[in-house]
This record gives sequence, structure tokens and C-alpha cells, in this order.
Amino acid sequence: MVLKVYTWLDERLGITTIYDLVLDRKVPKVNWWFTLGSASLFLFLIQAVTGVFLTVYYVPSPDHAFDSIQYIMNGVAFGWLIRGIHHWGASVMVIVVFAHMLRTFFMAAYKYPRELTWITGVFLLITTLGMGFTGYLLPWNQRSYWATTVGTDLVGTVPFIGDFLQAVLRGGTDLSAVTLARFFSVHIWFLPAVILILLGIHLYMVVKLGISSVPKE
Amino acid sequence: MARSHKLDRREFVAIVLAFLGSIMGVVVGLPAIGYLIDPATKTQKKEDWISVGPLENYPIGIPTLFSFTRSTINGWEKTVNSYGVYITRWTEAVDDISAFSNLCTHLSCRVTWNDDEMGYICPCHDGIFDDQGEVVAGPPPEALHEYETKVEEDVIYIYFKEG
Repeated sequence: MVLKVYTWLDERLGITTIYDLVLDRKVPKVNWWFTLGSASLFLFLIQAVTGVFLTVYYVPSPDHAFDSIQYIMNGVAFGWLIRGIHHWGASVMVIVVFAHMLRTFFMAAYKYPRELTWITGVFLLITTLGMGFTGYLLPWNQRSYWATTVGTDLVGTVPFIGDFLQAVLRGGTDLSAVTLARFFSVHIWFLPAVILILLGIHLYMVVKLGISSVPKE
Repeated sequence: MARSHKLDRREFVAIVLAFLGSIMGVVVGLPAIGYLIDPATKTQKKEDWISVGPLENYPIGIPTLFSFTRSTINGWEKTVNSYGVYITRWTEAVDDISAFSNLCTHLSCRVTWNDDEMGYICPCHDGIFDDQGEVVAGPPPEALHEYETKVEEDVIYIYFKEG
């Protein structure tokens, strides 16, 4: 019965073909460093799911942001777990994505014909850092407030257009409710959308070109 | 002949993955459901006996106002509502006490007791209620809401209900 349903679906969706191409593709003999890409993908999915769950209770307003997170941590069943995973997962993801970049660099895996994979990967690293930066403000505690103050101050040192860029980031001259709202928006809509597009290209390239083998001596 | 089927490596990995995957699914899934339905499991009781003070605070035959607040906590938000109740001790007997809400039944303005008129008067649209809370004049559609009362150890309690 199960087999019948599977066959019916497979004839129409081509599940087996997708499986063979994506998961059963030929890979050279590689080592554990080559699992960092999959680890990054897994962490992204974890962050996406826990992030969606956090939006159920989180409110991006100076009046409620901190209190709503206190509520998630102490009031809601397993809120501490979901926020904990999102909190630590963010740090782990930055580390893993960065290590993935180092491995690609040191094993010269960015060379022809994989330049586009490398370029999208660079942007994925930047968007990951962007996620970290925007997410850091959302708890709206002393640390996040002042970290974002300093972070946006740095942008202000850009020659000529620094002040303007800083005002764009903050949504005004000061860190305010507007800043919190736009950081939240960027954190849950803009950057994830960009990441999904880049990730799509990145993974398509990996599947199409295959991965490079460990360089010989 | 006994058919012995030796698990090959792929099958073994598939079975182990399915097994671990199911465990992980349960471990992750159940907390997720708990997280989503949690507020529904913590509903607050709105009705309760409320102390309105000792008998000696209330002179016989004169409706006396008692004001109090009730707070509700929803998630990270606390809402405080204030209420007023007129307590009348008709006689010395402890079971001869009336408690009327001071909310006018017309549009929820606050009524006040007027000794000259011997009635509760609503300032908004001149609604008048008698000392039993019944409508005497004006637009109110029904009598003032009355609370159940009891006396324990010389302290009066009312059974508070929302609305």
C-alpha cells in the first residue's frame, strides 16, 4: 500500500530522480571538513524554525520587546528552550559558516568552475553576519541597545555619506522604536529572503558541479 | 531452509536514521506544540469572593461606596480595571445586606447615591434607580447589577463577576 502510494507520487513528482541527483550523487573521497556546508544548512533551518516560533510571542516595540522575551523565557512552556536554541544557534552558525569559508579557501575549492558558488557563499557569509547584527538588537536590553549604538556609530565613520548611512540604519539620528522595528523587519523578512535566493543558487551549483576533491600534495 | 537476510550497510544506515529521526521528531515536536498551546492552558478565573471591609465601616440604612481594582495579566501585559460597589446594610442582621454595582446599566457611567433623592443618580443621562437598584426614571433598561454577599468574622464579602 505504502509502496503503491509512493509509486503514484514518484511517477508524478520524480522523487527518486531528485533523491538520486541530490543525495545519491557521486562525491570524491573527502574528510570531515567537507560536512561544514551541510552543517551550515542545518543550522539555517534550525534558526528559521525557532525564529518563526519566537515571533508567536515576541513584539518588536520598545514598550514590549524586553517584557515579551521575559515572558517567553519564564512564562511559556519550553520558551526557554526555543529561545535558547535560537540564541546559541546564532553563534554556532556564524562559527560554522566561517569555518566552511576557510575550508573552501584552504582547499582551493573556489577555483574554476566553482567561482559562482564561492561568490554566493561570500554573500551568504555577509548575510549571516547581518542576521547576527540585526538579531542582537531585538532583546532590547542594555547590551543589545549599546552594541547597536556602537555598531551603527561605526557606519557613521564612512567618509562623506557616513552620517546618511547611519541615519538610514537607525531610521533617524537616534536609536529608537523605528530602529527596533526596521531591524526586526530586516531580520525576519529581508535577510531571510536574500539568504533563500542565494542558498538556492549555492546548492544548485553544488549539485550541478559536484564538490571538489581534497587537493593532492 | 531459514531465510536469513543479512542487513547491508545501506539498510542499516536507513533504519538507524529513521529511528533517530523519529526520536528527534518527538523530542522537538512535543515541546513545540506545548509552546504554541501554552497560553490556552493558563486561563484566569475572573470570579471570586472579594472582601469589602468590616461591618463597622457601613452605617445602617445608608448606601456606602466601596472602590476596588481587579488586574488581569495576559502574557507580558497587565490590565487594571477599577470597580465600585454600593453596600447597604438594611438592619443589624448580617444576612440583610445589598451590594449594587455602581455601573449604570444604560451606558456604564458611574451612578452616585443621593440622600435627598433617596436614589442612585446617573450623571450622564439622568437615569435614576431607587435604593433597591430598580429603575425609577431615565433611559436605563434594567436594574443595577447586584452582587451576592456573605459575612465572615464581621467582614463583608461580595461575589464578584465580570459584566
